[in-house]
Amino acid sequence: MFNSLSEKLESAFKNLKGQARITELNIANTVKDIRRALIDADVNFKIAKEFTDKVKEKALGEKVINSVSPGQLMVKIVQDELTELMGGTAADFSVTGNPAIILIAGLQGSGKTTFTGKLANYLKVQKGKSPMVVAADIYRPAAIDQLTVLGEQIGVPVYAERDNKDAVSIALNAIKEARAQNKNVVIIDTAGRLAIDEAMMTEVANIKQAVNPTEILFVVDAMTGQDAVNTAKAFNDRLDFTGVVLTKLDGDTRGGAALSIKYTVQKPIKFMSSGEKMDTLDVFYPDRMAQRILGMGDIASLVEKA
Amino acid sequence: QKTKEGFLSKLSKAIAGKSTVDATVLDELEEALIGADVGVDTTLQIIERIEERVKKDKYINTTELNHLLKDEIQNVLKVGDETEKHFEILNNKKPFVILVVGVNGVGKTTTIGKLAHNYKKAGYSVLLGAADTFRAAAVDQLTIWSERVGVPIVKQAMGSDPSAVAFDTVKSAVAKNIDVVIIDTAGRLHNKAHLMEELSKIKRVIQKVIPDAPHEVMLVLDGSTGQNALEQAKQFTAATDVSAITVTKLDGTAKGGVVLAIANQFKIPVKFIGVGEKIDDLLVFDKKEFVDSLFSLQHQ
Ligand SMILES: Nc1nc2c(ncn2[C@@H]2O[C@H](COP(=O)(O)OP(=O)(O)OP(=O)(O)O)[C@@H](O)[C@H]2O)c(=O)[nH]1
Ligand SMILES: Nc1nc2c(ncn2[C@@H]2O[C@H](COP(=O)(O)OP(=O)(O)OP(=O)(O)O)[C@@H](O)[C@H]2O)c(=O)[nH]1
Ligand SMILES: [Mg+2]
Ligand SMILES: [Mg+2]
Repeated sequence: MFNSLSEKLESAFKNLKGQARITELNIANTVKDIRRALIDADVNFKIAKEFTDKVKEKALGEKVINSVSPGQLMVKIVQDELTELMGGTAADFSVTGNPAIILIAGLQGSGKTTFTGKLANYLKVQKGKSPMVVAADIYRPAAIDQLTVLGEQIGVPVYAERDNKDAVSIALNAIKEARAQNKNVVIIDTAGRLAIDEAMMTEVANIKQAVNPTEILFVVDAMTGQDAVNTAKAFNDRLDFTGVVLTKLDGDTRGGAALSIKYTVQKPIKFMSSGEKMDTLDVFYPDRMAQRILGMGDIASLVEKA
Repeated sequence: QKTKEGFLSKLSKAIAGKSTVDATVLDELEEALIGADVGVDTTLQIIERIEERVKKDKYINTTELNHLLKDEIQNVLKVGDETEKHFEILNNKKPFVILVVGVNGVGKTTTIGKLAHNYKKAGYSVLLGAADTFRAAAVDQLTIWSERVGVPIVKQAMGSDPSAVAFDTVKSAVAKNIDVVIIDTAGRLHNKAHLMEELSKIKRVIQKVIPDAPHEVMLVLDGSTGQNALEQAKQFTAATDVSAITVTKLDGTAKGGVVLAIANQFKIPVKFIGVGEKIDDLLVFDKKEFVDSLFSLQHQ
């Protein structure tokens, strides 16, 4: 896939060489190739179209000066646009409040529980906080055990109530307990849920209402396809989340879902998770993500060759 | 409660009253397919084939047009050569060993619980093997499923060698005359060579007990995954000769178009689909029903 894209762009760029200006006609194919690359990277097809239309608009009429090839010019425009869209500069993450309350939500298996552990570890080790994590997933078999194991690994207390079947009251009790123990951050792990599951969406909305979180993070698998748009929108409609977490970036997915989500809900991506170990968490770098989505490593080397 | 429109249902409206497949219809078809994660390659192939057929029979009515679209989708899925209809073990192998593999969080352990339930219901004795000794509380999770279903489980301490667990499980199944063995493995991303090698090793160790086992290597794919699913199918097949696929989480809004992409590019059959988190939420994949559902206005 990578090879054919760079080959295509290479030939498209060659065709542009020696022309003074970028015109509708001479970049038609390049625009098509970029759009296809975005769709291959799982960017939602409607967003890919809007994005390439915007890129085209920017490129049209640009003077092709001698030192820069039209190809380089296009790459730069695409890269800049994409980086800006992905968030420009890194977003703030708020842990003020006593305690600061962070609510974690998302689809089944997206990586919420793992991220809950990682975030607690990050806040403890890098930010000198004293966190508590809360097992508010009352459904998944062994969900409490899973978080308990992670809590032990990172040396962070885990709040759980094995016989309580009300996630809202578990969350409220946890906050009381955190105050009593002088913990200044409470991270609430919730069960995975589908956006179309009314009862489950109501549950998480009720948790939000009850605990009034400082941050609400939507955790999403970077391998998600075209549907990322609908899911993100549905969660945002119910929770008005404050940020997005991308997981499983240690895989080889291009991660176009990130662009779709950012574009659709206009919320910052705050963290990127790339591994199963507790120390594999990074704050989000928009430029890295932009390069990844477009397979930029590859295009950049192509431009160097030109 | 949970209703869903087939992603090709709108197309029926677009072609209503038309006597030929025009650019509008093809554009709409392309968008519907791409928007359902069918992927650019498979989508373009489908469109091309339709264009060719339309060239041959120029004037056709709406009903024929609908048939033609359905037909081409069925061709991709190779409707006709069905494998199995029920939870049966193939060729009277005993014990019938199923090794379950896939990337992180796709639904392997849950699928195993559901599979065990179905095999048990079909009258087979089942034994589970907890060879995910890595993910936090993975053994506890499978143990809960084994209790829920009412089947035995072989397990060791967390952190022990997964091959050793698989070996123990298969050995114990032979000794106890068990019909079906299902082995859970840790989720792993297909680009991590050492983890993929670990799977090959699990396979080799199982073969020390039963030379032609595992009789099924089941790859579990998350139905909301995009184009990366193809890479997963490719890499897991390279490491373990995947023989069947289960696509999970099709109860969500994801349209499962990845099933078409997989069918088009691999010879591995999709056998089961996961449609929820409960014990009964596993269905035998019926291609014809699946294609019908893509065109239906209200589904499931
Ligand atoms: N490779 C990799 N695996 C991850 C990452 N984040 C989570 N995982 C794995 O993905 C799987 C699912 O993670 P969980 O944290 O259990 O996901 P969850 O969202 O809590 O799942 P539910 O509670 O069932 O909805 C586990 O195997 C994790 O180890 C990541 O960044 N990289
Ligand atoms: N809605 C829905 N959820 C599912 C389905 N199958 C599994 N799940 C959920 O997805 C999450 C992950 O499932 P697991 O069975 O733990 O996945 P896994 O592949 O074993 O995960 P790892 O072992 O961590 O790699 C759990 O919350 C399951 O309840 C399904 O068909 N539909
Ligand atoms: Mg969880
Ligand atoms: Mg598992």
